[in-house]
Amino acid sequence: MQLHLSTSDGVPIYLQIVNQVKYLVAAGRLKRDEELPPIRTLAEQLLINPNTVARAYRELELAGVVTKRRTTGTYVSAAGSPLAKRQRIKILTQRVDALLAEARQMNIDTEAVVELIQERDEALRSLNPFGVGRTT
Amino acid sequence: MIAPSVLPDDIVIELRGVTRKFGEKRALDNISLRVRRGVVFGLVGPNGAGKTTLIRHVLGLLQAQMGTVRVFDRDPVADPVGVLSRIGYLSEENDLPGWMRVHELIRYTQAFYPTWDPDYAEELRRTFGLDPAAKVKHLSKGQKARAGLLVALAYRPELLLLDEPSSGLDPLVRRDILGAIVRTIADEGRTVLFSSHLLDEVERVSDYVAMLNRGQIVFAGELDDVKQNHVVEGRPLSLDEIFLAQVSSPGTP
Repeated sequence: MQLHLSTSDGVPIYLQIVNQVKYLVAAGRLKRDEELPPIRTLAEQLLINPNTVARAYRELELAGVVTKRRTTGTYVSAAGSPLAKRQRIKILTQRVDALLAEARQMNIDTEAVVELIQERDEALRSLNPFGVGRTT
Repeated sequence: MIAPSVLPDDIVIELRGVTRKFGEKRALDNISLRVRRGVVFGLVGPNGAGKTTLIRHVLGLLQAQMGTVRVFDRDPVADPVGVLSRIGYLSEENDLPGWMRVHELIRYTQAFYPTWDPDYAEELRRTFGLDPAAKVKHLSKGQKARAGLLVALAYRPELLLLDEPSSGLDPLVRRDILGAIVRTIADEGRTVLFSSHLLDEVERVSDYVAMLNRGQIVFAGELDDVKQNHVVEGRPLSLDEIFLAQVSSPGTP
């Protein structure tokens, strides 16, 4: 699982992990029942505090994206997301509204926002999901 | 007489009202902070802010002129053995004995620490690519830093103190140092206090951060809280930006 962290854009690191894992699951690049790297392994790979990884995993567990199994590890949940599609769309709608409001306030038109979304999508798609915890 | 213990068990370092003057200059001005067991505590601030002076007080190399310093609930000046035997220390100007060979340095340091872990030392030596027969004075700056890191880590100290460990080193050595911090903290219950002007590193590994400027604490707290309190137009700032905003803001005349 390869993640790309940035400390220059101000987003807390645990949140970057949460978002990227959610994306990898949603995009089917992390499959149901697939094991996430152990906390310590991911911390050493990314050179970040293990507590930060633990926090990200906790948040992912709360969001129903992953499940902790006693003594073994953290796995992608069967449901991936436990919410019905309509509910998921509803949550996203709120996010989109907020994004558009903020863009308008910053004098950025909707076209540029759509462009940005596509650009970010491509960037995230190029993430390589195969890394830690696997031998090729 | 030493006052009876009042520190909670999980506080590894406590400074209370510590003031230190060098001549007229206040290197530390009424500094109070606590470092809890098991966290990575990052100390940031411009050159001359007092970071090194603070760390030297924790080590017991300097005595507080005012205020108190407790490390493992002991006074590091009165009880250097009790404190230093539990601390691993690496500084920018690491003064390893240059005439020793790497294997001699390892054997020599080992003699001081009953908790020395020879397997771990050997693992670190291999990982760092240190030639056991090489003389310390002939090592490159990066390899010297790695040798310093090896002897600071191999007895698995409860507290790792790093004073600008990455200063002037190439990215590969910095990676090793960060990796060592991450591994140390992953070892249950160990604590790290490190100073750095590389805020990207501090932001990656710290749970807590304190910023010093002119001998005073500008802010201190959990990194996530610090970041939540510094948001401009809905966007959280990076530690770099917070630092610049604090240091360049008009100070006392």
